[in-house]
Amino acid sequence: MPWARRRIPLAWLLLVRQPVRLAIALAGIGFAGILMFMQLGFRDGLFDASVVIHRLFDADLVLVSPRTMSSISMAPFPEGRLVQSLADPEVAAMTPVQWEFVLWRNPETRRTRSILALGFDPEDPLLSDPSVQRQAPLLRLPGRVLFDERSRPEFGPVAAWFRAGRSVQSEVSGQRLRVAGLVALGPSFGADGNMLVSRETFRTIAPPGSRGGIQLGLLRLRQGADPARVQQRLDDQLPSDVKVYTKEQFIEFEKTYWRTSTAIGFIFTLGAAMGFVVGCVIVYQILYGDVSDHLPEYATLMAMGYGLADLLGVVAREGLLLALLGYIPAYAVAQGLYALIRDSTRLPVLMDPQRAGLVFLLILSMCLFSALLAMRRLADADPADIF
Amino acid sequence: MADHRSAHSVIVARGLCHAYGRGSTRRQVLQSIEFTVASGEIVLLTGPSGCGKTTLLTLIGALRSVQQGELEVLGVPLQSADRERRRRVRRRIGMIFQGHNLLRCLTAEQNVQMGADLLPGLAYRQRRAIARQWLQAVGLGEHLRQFPHDLSGGQKQRVAIARALAARPRLLLADEPTAALDGRTGREVVELLRQLAREQGCGVLMVTHDPRILDVADRLVTMEDGRLLAGTLRQSER
Ligand SMILES: Nc1ncnc2c1ncn2[C@@H]1O[C@H](COP(=O)(O)OP(=O)(O)OP(=O)(O)O)[C@@H](O)[C@H]1O
Ligand SMILES: [Mg+2]
Repeated sequence: MPWARRRIPLAWLLLVRQPVRLAIALAGIGFAGILMFMQLGFRDGLFDASVVIHRLFDADLVLVSPRTMSSISMAPFPEGRLVQSLADPEVAAMTPVQWEFVLWRNPETRRTRSILALGFDPEDPLLSDPSVQRQAPLLRLPGRVLFDERSRPEFGPVAAWFRAGRSVQSEVSGQRLRVAGLVALGPSFGADGNMLVSRETFRTIAPPGSRGGIQLGLLRLRQGADPARVQQRLDDQLPSDVKVYTKEQFIEFEKTYWRTSTAIGFIFTLGAAMGFVVGCVIVYQILYGDVSDHLPEYATLMAMGYGLADLLGVVAREGLLLALLGYIPAYAVAQGLYALIRDSTRLPVLMDPQRAGLVFLLILSMCLFSALLAMRRLADADPADIF
Repeated sequence: MADHRSAHSVIVARGLCHAYGRGSTRRQVLQSIEFTVASGEIVLLTGPSGCGKTTLLTLIGALRSVQQGELEVLGVPLQSADRERRRRVRRRIGMIFQGHNLLRCLTAEQNVQMGADLLPGLAYRQRRAIARQWLQAVGLGEHLRQFPHDLSGGQKQRVAIARALAARPRLLLADEPTAALDGRTGREVVELLRQLAREQGCGVLMVTHDPRILDVADRLVTMEDGRLLAGTLRQSER
């Protein structure tokens, strides 16, 4: 086969012969790629953001109420259950955590906005984040908070003021609170901002209905213990007013909530699918036009003795080249837009290799699929017609 | 008449018939064609417009499937030949068309190399060298890098000849190769074609209306209404 060896790069030459059309094709593919990058990036970023704190919890097992559906509806359960689980020989330590949304008053505009407050004993480990661990003792004083500097700007210029050395005060539930330090967590679906307080402070700001019980219990196991086994055991032993998860399950539980009980996953996947379809249409148009334009030339090649397979190969290579050439700018632009999104929404939207690969595969299949459709036009290349 | 010559013949047709359309629109275009071209022979086919010359050429060129009768080209029986077998026969036939049919996105050199690329077992450089050689042979050694767009009609037709010959065909089919050229250029192109085909020992079947080029042929065949006329004119042997 002449095509099995090095040959004239016919597909490439066909493409570059019409630079304007090539540019349009690449713009179309790039646009489709960027759309897919954005939609999938937002989707994954939103899901990842919803578990930023979950991931940081210093815990092997997590206790929650069975009525808890997600981080925005954390139901309380008796703190005694946590103490009970300490009886298990493989459980080493516990941290009871309170979890409520409270209204934070913007110290600049005096407007209030809902913020997630976590109450914990400053002596207990809460998050495996060095800056939280270092600053936790500051919360021993009543009325002090550690404020999440990645909270949305609507909460006020807290971080900027604090860094400038000013004493930043806000008011929550009629209580005056003072920012004792900054931590970096990040907003999520449910929470636009976060703050950490001691349990004493929490008691003074929590809404009246929720003062009994805790919303979350963190358990740390002894070295070498198997979390899944202990979880099974505790789940059997403890009454049904509490549920035991491994940390991984807890993260998955939260993500599943946002995936399944909201249309977010669907909407963004649909957006990506639309990018895919738009890309398909554009590439198909371009390749179909290209094949139609060159029909007499393809027929000539067949008359010379080239087979249909050779011609299909040319169209397929055109698709492949378009995919490669279109992906690179899409990738570069998406990188820039991700940075922009991180800045403006504070969502953890990162170019992870998995998504980069996925979008490449999507663009590739988009181009090859369109090439496949355009090849049908080759059936019209009848070498008998060229004389 | 043909049987004993079959071994040295590049084309042998026996009782070849062809019709276009079906049912009431069916039109018989070729009727019982008996026809032989010996290897290395240069045969010119003439006849009034619409008599079926191109149809005969496409059948011989394995571009159409044979409907009725027998047709053997380069020793391969084409009646009942499938797509793949016809393609393999096409590989060994050079074709020159009325229009030049060059690939617009390729330079003269690359166009000719598309022909040379059909040769098995040659490295890229060798095929490129063959392409250059042929372009030099048709007098276009200075125009290797030019695109068809920038060549004159006669030059384009010469590139087409080089492309057809670069695949080392045993048979050349040409359908009015001079139609788009003025008389003098047409004459030059056909002379070149004849000379190169001679050197290669390659049989040529050329359809033409051009009375000025009839003398290049070894043999002249006239067709009328789908039949070859019995008294075909034979040129003096060269
Ligand atoms: N694809 C086709 N379908 C139907 N009829 C056809 C087709 N091709 C040719 N014909 C008809 O067959 C007849 C012979 O056509 P052909 O092209 O072989 O003639 P020709 O001798 O080459 O004519 P010319 O000298 O004008 O090129 C014509 O009447 C033509 O109308
Ligand atoms: Mg004709």
